[in-house]
Amino acid sequence: MIPELGHFALILALALALVQAVLPILGAARGIPAFVAVARPVAQGQFVFVAAAFAALAWSFYSNDFTVLNVVNNSNSSLPVQYRIAATWGSHEGSLLLWVLMLSVWMVAVSVFSKSLPDDMVARILGVMGLISVGFLAFLLFTSNPFERLLPAAPDGRDLNPLLQDPGMVIHPPMLYMGYVGFSVAFAFAIAALLDGRLDATWARWSRPWTTAAWIFLTLGIMLGSGWAYYELGWGGWWFWDPVENASFMPWLAGTALIHSLAVTEKRGAFKAWTVLLAILAFSLSLLGTFLVRSGVLTSVHAFATDPRRGVFILCFLALVIGGSLSLYAWRGKKVAPGARFELFSRESMLLANSMLLLVACAAVMLGTLYPLFLDALTGQKISVGPPYFELVFPILLAPAILLASLGPLVAWRKGNGAELARRMRLPAMLVLVFSLFVPLFFGRWALLTTLGLFLAFWIFAGTISALLLRLKAGTKINSAFAGMLLAHAGIGVFILGVTLVKSYEAETDVRLAPGESAELGGYLFKFEGANDVAGPNYQAARGVFVVTKDGQPVARMQPEKRIYRVQKNAMTEAAINSGVTRDLYVSLGEPAGNGAWTARLQVKPFVDWIWGGCLLMALGGLLAAADRRYRAGVRRREVPEAAEETVIHREPA
Amino acid sequence: MKSRHQRLIAVVAGVALIAVAAALVLNAFRGNVVFFFSPSEVAANQAPQKGDFRLGGMVEKGSLKRGADGLTVQFVVTDTAKSIPVVYKGILPDLFKEGKGVVTQGSLGADGVFHASQVLAKHDENYMPPEAAHALSKAQAEKAAESLVVPAR
Repeated sequence: MIPELGHFALILALALALVQAVLPILGAARGIPAFVAVARPVAQGQFVFVAAAFAALAWSFYSNDFTVLNVVNNSNSSLPVQYRIAATWGSHEGSLLLWVLMLSVWMVAVSVFSKSLPDDMVARILGVMGLISVGFLAFLLFTSNPFERLLPAAPDGRDLNPLLQDPGMVIHPPMLYMGYVGFSVAFAFAIAALLDGRLDATWARWSRPWTTAAWIFLTLGIMLGSGWAYYELGWGGWWFWDPVENASFMPWLAGTALIHSLAVTEKRGAFKAWTVLLAILAFSLSLLGTFLVRSGVLTSVHAFATDPRRGVFILCFLALVIGGSLSLYAWRGKKVAPGARFELFSRESMLLANSMLLLVACAAVMLGTLYPLFLDALTGQKISVGPPYFELVFPILLAPAILLASLGPLVAWRKGNGAELARRMRLPAMLVLVFSLFVPLFFGRWALLTTLGLFLAFWIFAGTISALLLRLKAGTKINSAFAGMLLAHAGIGVFILGVTLVKSYEAETDVRLAPGESAELGGYLFKFEGANDVAGPNYQAARGVFVVTKDGQPVARMQPEKRIYRVQKNAMTEAAINSGVTRDLYVSLGEPAGNGAWTARLQVKPFVDWIWGGCLLMALGGLLAAADRRYRAGVRRREVPEAAEETVIHREPA
Repeated sequence: MKSRHQRLIAVVAGVALIAVAAALVLNAFRGNVVFFFSPSEVAANQAPQKGDFRLGGMVEKGSLKRGADGLTVQFVVTDTAKSIPVVYKGILPDLFKEGKGVVTQGSLGADGVFHASQVLAKHDENYMPPEAAHALSKAQAEKAAESLVVPAR
């Protein structure tokens, strides 16, 4: 009964989505107030039904309803309850339902926090989001129904993939999807502006906090995914340039370009067309990412062809959204008035150059991700593009972007003063150079790439601190947006520091150890005390005990496991990690090697946690920026934005 | 006039930068593409004698041998038509099993043994790496074709 109710709720949600997609846009175009007024309540109603459908599916998982095919395929009665709930979005169908739920959450947020926007604008925005919702709900109902019954019922389920039985799985997909779907708001703002023909600084100010919020979620989602891979896959890698990861990284790069371009549009009224294009791109890449991961096209191009309904639907939907919005852009984009002029050396130019670099990097990721798929689909030839390609291309493309990001906040809008900048940065640049040359010696080994990485990290710290000092000296108030920007930039520095140090100084060795034997790595002595059997709720495990000492002093007692999950019979490596500010120790069990001996992989990873720390700082910076009081509804702005005297503001917020 | 001049310079510089970036990306791409070969193709000397490539197929049953150090392993990758011996030093992934699909990356030694630097296995026991599945089905199709051709003569 409950699954049928969920199914029915989903159908009602589709009906409401259709209303939401048609009436408000029509009303805004023809000036029919009654149609415009429909937008908010319909969006909220749709949320109620989607939430009901999601709750119904979650209940089916919670109550072990093995008459539902999706539950049978992805759950098991011995699965702990938190993973039964998380299994709701463990499958293709469930994750699409989560996607739609997130979309309706964003729609409700827009309908609630848009009191200061003109009604026809809100109607257009919600209308566009309604269109997206129609596409996804139709896809769910017609090709991927999560409530499909299995009669007669199965005695028990096939269990959730053991890799997904992890707290990371509970939180990572919702975060990532909040980010993906959040760009639909920026997209809807852009399309609404194109339909409306009004695209100005006010529009940018409305759109900014939404875009930043989506970017925060995406940043956190990617960070959690990377952290999850690090401790759950069991072998200490934190980024594999795997297509699934690239799929989330592409919208992040485009989104990062977008939030910077939006800043220019708000402050200076410039780059309007570019901003709109980036908004379309960021969301299109989010859609592409969702489908790459969820359509099975990555597992095999041919799996795509075995279920042509899904594949064809996906391709048509992508073509419709991307093609439609780009056509609209081509048609209406030229009506967008040019913004304020700026000189070659100005903050505008630097931000433009940066967003170009981010997009080129995004294109490079796309090439490495999609080309093998196309080649396979067209010619049947199999190739792979591994980490070496990305690790070569990325630093070269993004190093100039980092150099610019450090200086950007120090250069004035419209016309910068190069001589002054050079004078200001001469001393910091020298200090940064000296530090990055000599810090590697402290670690005992010097390499050019290490110095380059450290230079970029220290350089961005130097620029950030200089910008802060400049503000303090001028006596200007430091608002939350400015503080957020500096914090996010410092986060990039922390991230680069982590990546550079772990890539330069990590140590790894595979060993065979009998009980009582030890191995030395990176100054640490790992003593193996033997392995014993333990039983988990739904698995059997061998648990090894390693005692780690440094210079005779005890450091940690580590217990890595090798688990066999009872239902799927999969072996899984559960690494033991001892985290620290300056290093992680990482031990994973290999296989039994006779007489109580085991093979094991030992790793010392210096500063690896700084990678995620940097991401966290970036997200915090975003939070500060989005919380700036000038975005808040009800705060009427009288003061002219700093240095924006030339910006033409066509309309004040209603 | 001066500002138009400046704008032109900016546009030209921008286009030039993007062209350089594109050239760099494409060059890096060409240099780092790893091609895939099936055991039959390797046996027919179609695989590069120098440099890395991927070899995929099925791990032949009963072929897995462990060295005395517990870390060096030898096994045979087959597509049912031809077999290639592989040697690898390190810990095998959890889902590596005899009779299951595998993809390895490495280079071919002068002795005809494939020296793997990576052994890849995916996150699901029923999952066959697409490259491995492809190699198997291709070899089977060729066998079937031969058995059809031979009696006709």
